[in-house]
Amino acid sequence: MTARVLIHLPAKALRGEVIQIKTLIAHAMESGFRVGTNGNLIPRDIITVFTCRYNGEEIFRAELSPAIASNPFLSFFTTARESGTLEFHWSGDNGFVATETAAITVE
Amino acid sequence: MRPAVRFGIAAVLTSVAAMAADIPAPDRRSGYAMMSPELRAMQDDDAANPGMLSVLDGAALWQQAEGTAHKSCADCHGDAGKSMKGVAARYPAFDTTLDRPLDLEQRIDRCRTEHQQAKPLPFDSKELLALTVYVAHHSKGEPIAVAEDARTGPFIEAGRHIFEQRQGQLNLSCGQCHDENWASVSPARRSRRRIRPVIRSIGSNGSRSARCGGGCAIV
Repeated sequence: MTARVLIHLPAKALRGEVIQIKTLIAHAMESGFRVGTNGNLIPRDIITVFTCRYNGEEIFRAELSPAIASNPFLSFFTTARESGTLEFHWSGDNGFVATETAAITVE
Repeated sequence: MRPAVRFGIAAVLTSVAAMAADIPAPDRRSGYAMMSPELRAMQDDDAANPGMLSVLDGAALWQQAEGTAHKSCADCHGDAGKSMKGVAARYPAFDTTLDRPLDLEQRIDRCRTEHQQAKPLPFDSKELLALTVYVAHHSKGEPIAVAEDARTGPFIEAGRHIFEQRQGQLNLSCGQCHDENWASVSPARRSRRRIRPVIRSIGSNGSRSARCGGGCAIV
């Protein structure tokens, strides 16, 4: 199952401009500390790593912990250097993987 | 609390209840007005509002063929951006075949059973919420304008009666918080923020106002 992802960044930017990138992904982020109705622990199921690559070069990386709420929202800044693609990658427990790309034009 | 004091408070509440009419339309406020600036910013920003994830789910379901008729919502209604514009603001709306009003979820489920020949989606299920939020998204910002006429009148009156009826362990009516004390530092304001922040109306699960009663303090 692919997770729903929302990416927001300006489609166009000036060279050298600092741009904000916002990412939101649908994920339960089950902490592993909660008990279900039967009294058993609900196993941990979280996203552990998020990376963003700009034309292949890693510009942002985050390690997520069980304390982070569901549907993690990450926002960060980068400098617009050249036109190309940004690649977003989430991975986590139980083999969870999601990727998304977005194009940017730098003038 | 001494009985006399309690009686006094009850008497004041009763007399207020007797006087209280509907809040005039221009004075009505959405729960949005009582949200913290942070929550408002989150709800206003489509890139940050987790409810938008449900809208994306709904957009996919809109195109998906269902049932023995093998039809999708789009096969009849086309582009939701045009056909569903302003529709959600009119619901609950009267259904002539059932002879009673239907809310948006019930209308979608009726479309499923009648036209798609599919099983109705369970109330409060992820799919039904997603479709509902997707349809409602095309009425974003429009004031809710439910038709008040001879057909819906009796149902609105019945709702008003329940709204004003004292109930539960605290012996409060809905109106005592949400009509009479809505603007002050009152249980209405606090419970709304704590139990049901409005962000949940298009919130992390894309939940709708129909869920409100479940978190209310009077139950």
